[in-house]
Amino acid sequence: MTTHSAMSFLIPLPVVLSLLGAGICLALGHNARAQRVVGIVTLSVVVAIAAVLLAGAYRDGPQVVHVGGWPARLGIVLVADSLSALLLLTSAIVTLCVLVYSVGQGIVEFGPDTPLSVFYPTFLVLSAGVSNAFLSGDLFNLYVGFEVLLAASYVLITLGGTGPRVRAGSTYVVVSVLSSVVFLVALAGVYAATGTVNMADLSEKLQAVPSDVRTVLQLLLLTAFCIKAAVFPLSAWLPDSYPTAPAPVTAVFAGLLTKVGVYAIIRVQTILFPENHLTTLLLWGAAATMVIGILGAVAQSDIKRMLSFTLISHIGFMIFGIALASHLGLASAIFYTVHHITIQTTLFLVAGLIEIRGGSTALERLGGLAKAAPFLALMFFLPAMNLAGIPPLSGYFGKVGLAEAGIAAGGWLAYLVVAASIVTSLLTLYAIAKTWNRAFWRPPDPETAPPIGDWHPSTPETPQPTGDWPPSRSSPTGTKSGEPWAPTLTAVRQLPAAMVGPTVALVALSTAITLVAGPLFGIASRAATELGERTPYVTAVLEDGSGITR
Amino acid sequence: MTVNVLLLLVIAVTFGAGITLLLERSLTRIVVGTLLVGNAVNLVFLVASGAAGRAPIVDPDDPSPMSDPLPQALVLTAIVITLGVAGFLLAMAYRSQQLQGDDEVQDDIEDTLIMALAERDEASQSWEDDTGGEPDEEGADR
Repeated sequence: MTTHSAMSFLIPLPVVLSLLGAGICLALGHNARAQRVVGIVTLSVVVAIAAVLLAGAYRDGPQVVHVGGWPARLGIVLVADSLSALLLLTSAIVTLCVLVYSVGQGIVEFGPDTPLSVFYPTFLVLSAGVSNAFLSGDLFNLYVGFEVLLAASYVLITLGGTGPRVRAGSTYVVVSVLSSVVFLVALAGVYAATGTVNMADLSEKLQAVPSDVRTVLQLLLLTAFCIKAAVFPLSAWLPDSYPTAPAPVTAVFAGLLTKVGVYAIIRVQTILFPENHLTTLLLWGAAATMVIGILGAVAQSDIKRMLSFTLISHIGFMIFGIALASHLGLASAIFYTVHHITIQTTLFLVAGLIEIRGGSTALERLGGLAKAAPFLALMFFLPAMNLAGIPPLSGYFGKVGLAEAGIAAGGWLAYLVVAASIVTSLLTLYAIAKTWNRAFWRPPDPETAPPIGDWHPSTPETPQPTGDWPPSRSSPTGTKSGEPWAPTLTAVRQLPAAMVGPTVALVALSTAITLVAGPLFGIASRAATELGERTPYVTAVLEDGSGITR
Repeated sequence: MTVNVLLLLVIAVTFGAGITLLLERSLTRIVVGTLLVGNAVNLVFLVASGAAGRAPIVDPDDPSPMSDPLPQALVLTAIVITLGVAGFLLAMAYRSQQLQGDDEVQDDIEDTLIMALAERDEASQSWEDDTGGEPDEEGADR
């Protein structure tokens, strides 16, 4: 740790600071204001550090820290290369915005002084887990990062312990446990075959392993990560478990958790198994994920569920780029990942606003929102069109990059997946347009959309002052029961600024990606180059500061 | 590397039993399944660590081979995580029992509704009672 010492002491900080902030938040359990300040300050610092790390990794190549000063083959290494730092920065910004949004929602639903004793610490632990997974240069530490973020997500998805959330949570927990078990079996196999779990070391030692054993290990690792990334046919758990959670929780899950899986797939495919791409298998997986996911989205009549299915569907685009394993394919996949993290989080946050404004996310109950809340309509429209990939928004660039990579790769299967990706984009547009028409433009129908006052207080999810998180359907202000639908909409439900602010910020950010698409694609391309060459990563980890070989 | 066949057999049986329990609907059984599967994985690590030796403390005077300490550290981590998750699942089973009287995992309601619609070959309510203002792309798709 001599050459990059100034940078390398920054690398563990996203993990350490998040955990530290979580501890402080837990200690401050009775002071809501202090908890909020600690949470926001911590994540803001993490954003700044991630930006510095990205600049450093882009300028000087992979940055490495040997935790505890142990040489690479003995201890744990944390590595920030362009890919890690880029995803770290994106996830940190998104996490910060979601935290501010949840602060707003907490204030609205519980008043400014009610502490949410569990929410903030868990949220920060989640951030620590995500950061650890992105930075880890060690396969077992990656597992630990996964477990940290999963453990936090178990708590977040069952917040409040209401019936639907416990039900959704059990599916989620069991599937996650199963994927962790597969990951552990793969780790045991990797260790038995090579005697190391350091990724840089593995990239050399796995070459000596017989190819059939190597393929088995690769398939095991991919199975574990594909469950986490929700690649068809391992995706059925996602729409079952995500929509019932509170809006900010769903948003951060949708933005980050599946992408950590995608990141792990990229890492494994490029660093550990560079010769064996399993292109055919992954291409089929990508096509099936795209098409079946989006068909699911078309069938839904609830905005959150529809978004959950588009989330699955668009994971297919990233898998497509990874499967091609060409430079353009990888670069586009990385670009698309960044785009999709921001877009999907934004859309779920907007869905949360719709839920507050309209009282529901079920399309049967919504209507007339474009007149009642034109700004909200705009906030939905921009990211939704971006998701569908309408030019000139950033989703379009990602999709075109992937299509170009697919056509350059050639072969009927690649063409088939390109066709599938175009069909998926059109069907995304269709699903979005359906939501857009129903929720925003259809005149509110008093029969199918009963007055809020009639059904609202009777919903089981009423606010629990002692609970850790406001149930999502609680009303921010008192509703005047018995009044007709539309006047209630315009008169009562004003959106709180603390929730609109971060949503606007994310809408602006996701739209701004369009403007900086060139530089961003440059970084993604740089990351893809590093992944393709492999040597910068391996030498940075193995030779930096350690002379020990085994 | 030699492999202990008995250990492999135990692993296979434990995995089998654990996965079978994971497929149950009752959360309590799922917890037991989680524990079994978790222990099976720990045994896999035991196999992966190779032949057993003396305690892994560096001693220049003792030339006999040491056990590999790393898999033990990994197993320790895995045990702690499995314990935590099992505790969480137990709490969820208890909560579920509090709320609905049993600890069975129910089917998703929205899923069931959409499946019922599909079986009856109907569109959802939001498609039907629409009067006027029908946008083009929806009409074209029917």
